[in-house]
Amino acid sequence: MELVKPDLGLLFWMIISFSILLYVLIKFAWKPILKALNDREKSITKSLLAAQKAKDEMAKIEFGNEKITQLAKMERESLIKEAKELKNNIIEEARENAKLEAKKILEEARQSVEQEKNKVINEIKNQVAALSVDIAEKILKQKLGDEAKQKSLIDELVKDIELN
Amino acid sequence: MNKLLLNILIVLCLFAFQQQANASEKLKEKDTEHTEEHIEKKEFNPGDFIFAHIRDSYGWHIFTYKGHHYSIPLPVILYCKDQGIISFSSSKLAHGHSHKNFKIALEGDYKDKIIEVNDHGEFKARPLDISITKNVVAIFFSCLLMIYIFTSVASTYKKREGKAPKGLQSLLEPLILFVRDDIAKASIGEKHYEKFTPFLLTIFFFILINNLLGLVPIIPGGANVTGNITVTMTLALFTFFITTITGNKNYWSHIFNTPGVPWWLKLPLPLIPFVELFGVLIKPFVLMIRLFANISAGHMIVLGFFSLIFVFGNMSTGLGYLVSPLSLVFTIFVSMLEILVAFIQAYVFTILSAIYFGMASEEGH
Repeated sequence: MELVKPDLGLLFWMIISFSILLYVLIKFAWKPILKALNDREKSITKSLLAAQKAKDEMAKIEFGNEKITQLAKMERESLIKEAKELKNNIIEEARENAKLEAKKILEEARQSVEQEKNKVINEIKNQVAALSVDIAEKILKQKLGDEAKQKSLIDELVKDIELN
Repeated sequence: MNKLLLNILIVLCLFAFQQQANASEKLKEKDTEHTEEHIEKKEFNPGDFIFAHIRDSYGWHIFTYKGHHYSIPLPVILYCKDQGIISFSSSKLAHGHSHKNFKIALEGDYKDKIIEVNDHGEFKARPLDISITKNVVAIFFSCLLMIYIFTSVASTYKKREGKAPKGLQSLLEPLILFVRDDIAKASIGEKHYEKFTPFLLTIFFFILINNLLGLVPIIPGGANVTGNITVTMTLALFTFFITTITGNKNYWSHIFNTPGVPWWLKLPLPLIPFVELFGVLIKPFVLMIRLFANISAGHMIVLGFFSLIFVFGNMSTGLGYLVSPLSLVFTIFVSMLEILVAFIQAYVFTILSAIYFGMASEEGH
């Protein structure tokens, strides 16, 4: 029966030593150990969160980069397109201008030719008139050399008048 | 072929040993016949053998050689009305000697305890006995060991702040985390577990270390600390007092005014409150008994298997040798089982304490 009979002396020493053990361990072991464990866990959680955040940020940046590249590409394309259009326009305009110029030059040439022609014709006209007056003078001089002839001419003229 | 040869060799060896043993036995018998000093026990009593190893004692028995018991004497501290506080070495009480009217009782209510006797050697009284017994020394040793281990681990934590554990720290960290997360946090809850964790860690490691030290057969192990009812009672009392002190309104109202129970079970005759109150007391009592019984039983089984050798050896020396390998195998097996039980019992005591703390600090629904 001694086995199940508590012993006062042992109880006394056990309570004292266990209380001291409890006090010493709580103060000098468990508190620092549990604090260190907690701190480490906290720092691990924090680090993991930070890593996740960094990852997200990176993804965001990458996404942004892609967007920017795409935008740049689009910009470039539109620029090229614009440039092409501009080029075409310029060429077209130049062509048009050239055409107009050519037309103008042609017109001018034509006008000057016309003028020249008119001038020449006028000159010829004048010369023909002068020549015909000369000829008529000469003919008249010959024809009106005698009386008979003058008379027949007057008659003839009178006859023309009457006919009119 | 080799195996056969080996077997033959073993049998031959055993035979040779047996011859020698027989011879020495005969010599011994002659010795004991001649010298009355050696009070050799002729009959081996396994009960006494086991009991002597399990119980507490005033000296620390190391070994017995040629009938002489060699033990480390420990201080005996007594208080009685006549002589006041008295202290002397336990070696003065060895072999039934008496010192200053004190002796170790051989029979009666105080068998194996120190009693005060009168001049005729008759029982007078049991003095107040706060001797440093074998178990007290073992408790001191384990406490110092724990303080050394855990303060050094704590200093490692300080030195290696934020780094991975190393050495002893990495051996103990999983256990510390196990107690904190799977015992304290799981049973008490996120809100209150922090104030109980240090106590739970202390009892867990105290029980575990003493369980394991109890399995070591040589000094400073081998004392049956956690298989001693006084030690388990103290641990259970600590749990009981902490539960009672930290018990909140909800805990006490559950005991004295249990919700969900018809009023007539409470009002004229407080049946349920009585049962509940009884439960409050029975919980630490069960804690005490469970640890004590498990560890003592383990020691008893190990010692029982050892006793087999001597029981059979008493019948015939050859039979003793024949049984010894088998006995050894069983002892080793049970010892391994005991290592497992050492962990399980430390775990069970701690988790039940944690559950009681959890009940005491649980918030109302």
